[in-house]
Amino acid sequence: MKKFSLALQLFAAFFKIGLFTFGGGYAMIPLIQREVVEKKKWVTDDDILEIIAIAESTPGPIAINSATFIGFKVCGFWGSFFATLGVVLPSFLIILAISNVLKEFSDLKPIKYAFNGIRAGVLALIVKSLYTMYKKVKKNVFAYIVMGLSFVLTAFLDINVLIVIIGCGVAGIIYSLIPLRRLEGKIEK
Amino acid sequence: MIFFELFITFFKIGLFTFGGGYAMLPLIQEEVLAHGWVTETEVVNFIAVAESTPGPFAINMSTYVGSILGGQALGVIGSVLGAACAALGVVLPSFIIILIIARCYEAFKKNKIVKGAMSGLKPAVIGLIGAAVLTVAQSALFVADSSGAIVYDFTSYAFFCAIGIFAVMAVLAFKKVHPILLIVMSAVAGIGLGYLGEVI
Repeated sequence: MKKFSLALQLFAAFFKIGLFTFGGGYAMIPLIQREVVEKKKWVTDDDILEIIAIAESTPGPIAINSATFIGFKVCGFWGSFFATLGVVLPSFLIILAISNVLKEFSDLKPIKYAFNGIRAGVLALIVKSLYTMYKKVKKNVFAYIVMGLSFVLTAFLDINVLIVIIGCGVAGIIYSLIPLRRLEGKIEK
Repeated sequence: MIFFELFITFFKIGLFTFGGGYAMLPLIQEEVLAHGWVTETEVVNFIAVAESTPGPFAINMSTYVGSILGGQALGVIGSVLGAACAALGVVLPSFIIILIIARCYEAFKKNKIVKGAMSGLKPAVIGLIGAAVLTVAQSALFVADSSGAIVYDFTSYAFFCAIGIFAVMAVLAFKKVHPILLIVMSAVAGIGLGYLGEVI
């Protein structure tokens, strides 16, 4: 019974997340943080970083990947099932309802104006997420180098995200196997 | 059978798209255009629509194509069925793969190699979110011209509105205003400033 109520809560939380994520992908991080990390305390900010890393290195949209992963963490298969259903359902129902008038819908003036505003609001939300995530990540010289590299490679050099992710994962493995720890301890504050 | 074909095609798209979102566009174009299901213009138009409806791009796109094709074959029921087949197809690969990974992850979490990889992946994700901030900033603050290139106009009314909304919302975001409330306020501000721009 407890499991069933948890699954329902997952469904409700991810339905909300799905309904208010505009722009997809990273735009949903602020919502996940608020609903799943702060409110429900199902996972931590650090878990979110892991989940995004896993989501980026596996196929499929980040929204689905994170819903499935968090759902499983909270209550196994049915948690995954209801979280994923929740995150998918809003867009599914909305698109289904307006699929015949789609073009007209997005040409409506108030809709266009609303989205000019929403894009700016989403930008603010992602900036805030970036800040909270940055605070959570363990900082040392290696982490700063990886951060900088992954930023420059994806933002300016248009390198495929998957390649960046794999590269950084491999770098992490190599780094963890080399005993450079003493040097790092001095630089870490 | 169109419904089965929709399922298989979107399953393939879901399976081979890494990173989601627009990363799946090339694959969608290839598969969906090759089938002759929708035209190039429809795909481009749909990107605008996907941006103005909530949820992941992949779900929006698959539901749209599925409902149009199903509707042509079987009317309203077909439209629902087609949308369901396409959406299920695009979701299923990630669902199955993540289920397997999530099941194994707890066991491997303490593994030295996995820990090492995560020590590189976590800061990498910070960099990726940073890159996403730039992309979102481009589309939030500036307008693209007819060819799709971003025009960096720092003096337009649209730019001032966008930067104003961004600044206010950033303050509210750091004051822990709920993201949903913040999005609703941004939409209202956008509508208000948009109509104001027509008057002045």
